[in-house]
Amino acid sequence: MSISIHQVSKTFGAYTALDDISLEIPSGELTALLGPSGSGKTTLLRIVAGLETADPDGSGRILFDGAPVTESPVNRRRVGFVFQHYALFRHMTVFENIAFGLRVKPRGERPLRDEIRERVHALLKLVQLEQLAQRYPSQLSGGQRQRIALARALAIQPRVLLLDEPFGALDAQVRTELRRWLRHLHDTIHVTSIFVTHDQEEALEVADRIVVMNKGRIEQTGTPDEVFQNPASEFVMKFLGDVNVFHGRVHNERPVFTGDSSEDGSVRLLVRPHDLAVLPQPGPGISIPARVYRVMTAGALVKIELLDGQNRLVQVQVPHETYRTASVHAGQQVYLAPKESRLYGQSSERLEYVI
Amino acid sequence: MTFKQKRVLPGFGLALGTTVTALSLLVLLPLAALVARSGELGLAGMVRVLAQPRVLAAFRVTFLTALCAALINVVLGVTVAWFLVRGRCPFKRLIDAVVDLPFALPTAVSGIALTALLAPDAAIGRALGRLGLQVAFTPAGITAAMVFIGLPFVVRSVQPALADLNRELEEAAASLGASRWQSLLRVVLPLLAPAILSGFTLAFARALGEYGSVVFIAGNMPMKSEIVSLLIITKLEQFDYAGATAIAVALLALSLLCILTINALQATVGRAERRVS
Repeated sequence: MSISIHQVSKTFGAYTALDDISLEIPSGELTALLGPSGSGKTTLLRIVAGLETADPDGSGRILFDGAPVTESPVNRRRVGFVFQHYALFRHMTVFENIAFGLRVKPRGERPLRDEIRERVHALLKLVQLEQLAQRYPSQLSGGQRQRIALARALAIQPRVLLLDEPFGALDAQVRTELRRWLRHLHDTIHVTSIFVTHDQEEALEVADRIVVMNKGRIEQTGTPDEVFQNPASEFVMKFLGDVNVFHGRVHNERPVFTGDSSEDGSVRLLVRPHDLAVLPQPGPGISIPARVYRVMTAGALVKIELLDGQNRLVQVQVPHETYRTASVHAGQQVYLAPKESRLYGQSSERLEYVI
Repeated sequence: MTFKQKRVLPGFGLALGTTVTALSLLVLLPLAALVARSGELGLAGMVRVLAQPRVLAAFRVTFLTALCAALINVVLGVTVAWFLVRGRCPFKRLIDAVVDLPFALPTAVSGIALTALLAPDAAIGRALGRLGLQVAFTPAGITAAMVFIGLPFVVRSVQPALADLNRELEEAAASLGASRWQSLLRVVLPLLAPAILSGFTLAFARALGEYGSVVFIAGNMPMKSEIVSLLIITKLEQFDYAGATAIAVALLALSLLCILTINALQATVGRAERRVS
């Protein structure tokens, strides 16, 4: 089931949470709404679910498979919604939690007792928690609770599945495990899904498509590869992973970076930590002088922290082999050469300079 | 239980001592005196006092009206608490304060106020009379007074529980297809059950022992609208101290039984939620 969002705006008093959002979500895809807190991603998800209504100026519309659902209330919309803090019914067993959506169906549509039992057990099997049917939510771990919440949402055979920061309340290890599992589950059931997250790694790893949001607007939509390799704006580049920002000025139509320009310099060069080469001598292109501050060799990559002329921190990541041949040590004066970089002007416009 | 174990909270021994002493001096000692006094009659004498039709009628009236009042209070109290937590109204703070008024009002004042309202020649009393309902000087009047004084107990028990209730639970229920009523009956009320039950118990207990606000409106007709507390006073005025204490002990025992039963029920409700493997 595809989802279309047409010109949806939402204001809370004087605050604009969503500013004229239009978005198409293709059927069967797992889409991530990615953005910092306050970017409007959760509000958008709640409007799709029907838990929130768009501003009533008449233009905002939500369509499932082309049919408008804007007027139908949340309990008629048949959406599966998974909350960050699970929202399981604590006075019901796991079994009753999952059966809830089936038991509240109008009499004509309600499955028989045996059917309900079968459906619930099938779902428990899907989330791999068959042995927990008679437990209460308080007896489960965070990861188990979230899987039960997902099974409960899937029980009504939702047209779309919406997940609001589904891994936000879990600790790091469970989180990685569960997001891999979610991806696997999605590949099994193929229900159109949107999940909200502020964790770029999560979005890059799990989603088919990423919608990057900022201040109630969409910054960029694309596959994880597209948004990471080809960020549409300075914001997207900064949000999708660590970035070093070098401030410089334009001299003779060429950007110059000496490493000691103040922050109001007219151009900014954005380079990811793994796109910087550490050289003992200035190279032919841009070479920014810096001093090695600290070297951390534990990990898949060697992390080098340096300070530029203004004592601003610069992060570099290099493979262990490169590090072994380069012999970098703390206190050493070196030059940084960007391999891949992006240049932005004062008002965040992308600049194309030949470097 | 062993007291030698190290406890996290300091002053456990002191707290225990204070609790036991206070309970003994303020509660157990007077009650013991009561039982001792009624003992003068002997068991046979007590049964004779209690078996009088007028006494039995008073017990029946008291317990039935208290039960009715507590049940009405549950419905009213939950509604008021709902409004105070969820409602949007500029006068909410004022209404919130007014809820406590029956607590603060001297019971005689509320009694007179209710009588002035519901008596057959008063505004509301006359209107009700035209509908063929007489409230004042009947068990209905007693119930009305008990509802009035018991309401804050239910409101104040349910209000914090409702405020703590996660809105996401109702949103989850709605997203699973539940209507407002289904969500209320299957999710909200079961989660509020312990708080509602405790409000019910408090309102019921208070109604059983209520005197001041009831006697004015009750009419106090023996066999019809006479409550146990009034009967005790009547006995005392006739210098029948032993008879009065016999009735008092019976009222005490019955109240205790009711409250223990409700507490046991509450423990069961609570256990279902906190069940641990």
